[in-house]
Amino acid sequence: MARFILQNIGKFILLMLAVSLGVFILISVSPIDYVQANVGQAAYINMSPEKRAELAAFWGHDQPLWERYGRWLGALFSGDLGTSLRFNRPVAEVIWERAGNSLLLMAIAWVISGVLGFALGVAAGAHQGRLLDRGVKAYCFILASVPTFWLGLVLLVVFSVTLRWFPLGFSVPIGVTSSEVTLADTLYHLALPALTLSLVGVANIALHTREKTIDALESEYARFARARGDSARSILIHHGLRNVALPALTLQFASIAEIFGGSVLVETVFSYPGLGQAAVTAGLGGDVALLAGISLVSAALVFGGNLIANILYGVVDPRMTKPGVLKGAGALELLGEQEARHDEV
Amino acid sequence: MTKSDGTATALPLLHAPKQRTVARRRGTALWFGCTCFLLIAVVVAGRLLEPAASVVDFSAQGQAPSWEHPFGTDWLGRDMLARTLAGLSISVLLGLVAATVSAFLALGLATASALGGRKVDAVVTWLVDLFIGIPHIVLLILISFALGKGFWGVVIGIALTHWPSLTRVLRAEILQCRESGFVAAAERLGVSPLMIAWRHLIPYLLPQFIVGLILLFPHAILHESAITFLGFGLPPEMPAIGVILSESMGYLSAGMWWLAVLPGCALVLVVMLFDGAGSSLRTMVDPARNQE
Repeated sequence: MARFILQNIGKFILLMLAVSLGVFILISVSPIDYVQANVGQAAYINMSPEKRAELAAFWGHDQPLWERYGRWLGALFSGDLGTSLRFNRPVAEVIWERAGNSLLLMAIAWVISGVLGFALGVAAGAHQGRLLDRGVKAYCFILASVPTFWLGLVLLVVFSVTLRWFPLGFSVPIGVTSSEVTLADTLYHLALPALTLSLVGVANIALHTREKTIDALESEYARFARARGDSARSILIHHGLRNVALPALTLQFASIAEIFGGSVLVETVFSYPGLGQAAVTAGLGGDVALLAGISLVSAALVFGGNLIANILYGVVDPRMTKPGVLKGAGALELLGEQEARHDEV
Repeated sequence: MTKSDGTATALPLLHAPKQRTVARRRGTALWFGCTCFLLIAVVVAGRLLEPAASVVDFSAQGQAPSWEHPFGTDWLGRDMLARTLAGLSISVLLGLVAATVSAFLALGLATASALGGRKVDAVVTWLVDLFIGIPHIVLLILISFALGKGFWGVVIGIALTHWPSLTRVLRAEILQCRESGFVAAAERLGVSPLMIAWRHLIPYLLPQFIVGLILLFPHAILHESAITFLGFGLPPEMPAIGVILSESMGYLSAGMWWLAVLPGCALVLVVMLFDGAGSSLRTMVDPARNQE
């Protein structure tokens, strides 16, 4: 088990290094001029070519890619992510501030979608072929085709514009100092974005749980329990839930990438000041340092989720820790194969 | 179901299963055909309506849906139905290119991974891990940024990022085929590897590949509209769905709900059509399920 965890941590470091290199290369090959993005359009046009070269040298942009990457990585290890162009502050500070907002949003959506999806999945699986099951399935299949940002727009139209129940955006009321913002204010502004993310997140976990519940209820131990005279309710609780809960939790940890991706869109729709919105601002405004920083943070989040999923799976599934049986196959591969199968149903 | 043979009809019939009006398999084929026809119709209509999509009419600004303008008009008096159809046709064509490229990438990588030995396999598996290690949207933003945004940024970004899941599925399929009895038998009979690939591997893989390709469309289309919505994708002068929806944001608070709701519904319908086409094709080509 310890070896399994160490292996995964090694994998994590290697992947983070690769992600940092990939991100750096992608950002460096961009035709968007670094000096121009830094000084602005007007100043750039009025500048002499010598001055531009001088500025490029000042920011170290005349050096080869490898040297720049080395310098950036070195600074990264000492905790320096550079300075954000758009926010005019250290990137680490911007990310830290925004991560709070984003993590709150994502955590709420993660919990709600997990609990709701699990409940719907179990209910549908226990009533296979009935109206409830068909309803849940239809909901999941429709939702799989709905773009997150459009759902956000529709909720905005219905609840903010027409019914006026919720605010149009932002994370705090307008015209209020940050010390006066109450928890109720925060939650009030968080409600619609979190609802949007949760509604979208439900589909995957519900379908997966439904499959697993059906499998568990069709198993021999469930049949034996039925023959023994156990009630359907008792079978579901004692044989269904126990077999379904941990795979579902694993899947939910592995779905952090999707929730992060969804939060980028939802934050843009609701003008919610989180990491996703900052990433969009950085990308549109040529803010190289911030874009790189947020990409790394998002990758770390996803890896964190995957790592937990892998470890959880290792705890549940003895095949994972037995050496040589499934060499190199992580929980995600297993889940991936399950996904592929369940996709077919 | 076997009541149609001669001996069975002679016996008194106690219970006969209800006869379906259309056989399941034919029904599925019919459904697949209709879906394809609808999608082609959307593309053709969109291409034809593209000039109409940018006609400005200041006498019909911001009208709610009516018989004349089923999807309403925007603040410049442009007909939203024409804009939506034009946008959908762009999305479908773009999704077609991107999904095809991604599917072939997946096929190549999966083949290399499954047949190229352990080192290649490790590299491909690691590449898959790397690509799914960053949230998809963030990766699309990065690629779009690297290519200077705009049309090519979104096309290349979407084409380059949709292969990992299909690669996994195809890799597993190839490995399964290689382990199977019929390949082992062919090997023992001295059939050359090329012949085995042609006779056994390709027929085994082709249905999965085609279905996988079709099921990549919905993802490609959704991601294209999302990245365009964020401002990284298609340029604002193209009537893409993402552009329509992001433009509508400024007018929603004024109560012009149809600008966002109806084009979005149309997009959801197209995505569901693709999903339906892919699923029905899968039921047809999968020998274990095609009689269901």
